[in-house]
Amino acid sequence: MASHGSSRPLAMLGSVLVALLLTMMPLPGTIESFRPDWIALVLIFWTMTLPRSYSVGAAWAVGLILDVAQGTLLGQHALALVAIVYVTSRFHLLMRVFPMSQLTLTVLALLALYQFLLFWINGVAGVDARAASYWGPVLSGTLLWPLLAGMLASSGRRRPTRA
Amino acid sequence: MVTARSNGNNASRLPALGLRAIVLVILSILVMLADTRTQHLDTVRQALGAAVYPLRLIVDAPARLFAWAGSSTVDRDTLERENRRLKSERLLIEAELQQLTALESENARLRDLLDARDRVRSKVRVAEIMSVDANPYRHTLMINVGTAEGAYDGQAVIDADGVIGQLIDPGLKTSQAVLISDPGHAIPVEVNRNGLRTIAFGTGEIDVLDLPFLPNNADIESGDLLVTSGLGGKFPPGYPVAVVSAVTRIPQEPFADVNAVPAATLNQVREIMLIDIEPPAAAEQPNVELPAAGNDSPDDSLDEQDANDG
Repeated sequence: MASHGSSRPLAMLGSVLVALLLTMMPLPGTIESFRPDWIALVLIFWTMTLPRSYSVGAAWAVGLILDVAQGTLLGQHALALVAIVYVTSRFHLLMRVFPMSQLTLTVLALLALYQFLLFWINGVAGVDARAASYWGPVLSGTLLWPLLAGMLASSGRRRPTRA
Repeated sequence: MVTARSNGNNASRLPALGLRAIVLVILSILVMLADTRTQHLDTVRQALGAAVYPLRLIVDAPARLFAWAGSSTVDRDTLERENRRLKSERLLIEAELQQLTALESENARLRDLLDARDRVRSKVRVAEIMSVDANPYRHTLMINVGTAEGAYDGQAVIDADGVIGQLIDPGLKTSQAVLISDPGHAIPVEVNRNGLRTIAFGTGEIDVLDLPFLPNNADIESGDLLVTSGLGGKFPPGYPVAVVSAVTRIPQEPFADVNAVPAATLNQVREIMLIDIEPPAAAEQPNVELPAAGNDSPDDSLDEQDANDG
């Protein structure tokens, strides 16, 4: 199947690494609150195009690494990522036939769910943060989605290696 | 089509997928509980942190490269000027240091007379802030020193102007420090002018600290310097923390509304220092000013809050 010999696994791993770097990159103050959830976007894309039985497991592992990289509660991003990756793989057939506008709205909903889970866990854990600050990443992520999806799609398709 | 084939492949696995997701969600919740309530996961965090370390280096590299490029392309003139300035500065500092030795011996004599313990001498280690963005919900910094170099949880972090914060998440090679401006942080301070003790809370704004426990008749005015009091055992006493910026006394309210500006510019530092105070065994009775301790014992219990790093 597509998993061996193609450049897709490489593209997947590479895009997740780049997403991690972009998440950790310092940004000036005002832009920082609009930093998109790169990891969430990349995982949504790959789950939608190539759902695998290990998708949620992989999302959980990536989430733990993200938690350590950001110093947040261990398991916080892991849980949120598992949730959106699960929803995405449930509806991946539907999402594939959506036109881009509708797909982008779906991504908006997924990102909102992601941020809501983070917000919720922060609230339970007693970490103080303004509720409004959770909307920035949702907005920027949604706006970036069409561009990012196009880039990722071309990255995986570059070499037609399947026989 | 690829899609058609992978669909057929995956449709049958969807129930298993739901089960996996539920198991992982429960696992996440357990991990989060363990992370907040116990210390068992620190090793896991450190191991994963070691895996993240190369990424941090990559992210930090551009800033480092710029700094290096900047310093290696300075012309001779500038270097000479800087050299001259540093020499004159050193002369001034040495002159002040001469007085300091005299003062120190005088202080030791006086302390002898008072029969007080010697102040804990602290060692200082220089560290650098990495240009890596950390926790988005809190005021934190990533620094390039970890447990391998002797950093420990709760270690005080200062810069040339004053206290910056403390370490909360020491990794092997990098650590995270929480700033005094973080809304979850509190630091025991005293007014340098009269020794009035209180606690300074972070507000979430980088240049405002809040002092909520001062009564309306407290002897504090704008311009007062706040220094660490050493209570709580985390911060060594005597380091500048903030300058009082506004005191609003509201007659109906029991407490005055007091704000302060951190002495260090928290968002502009690059080089910082970690202070090694002797671990708790040696610092068991750090409060030499025992006679006064009875007056404001509520503070003593409260200042343990500065350890609440979530």
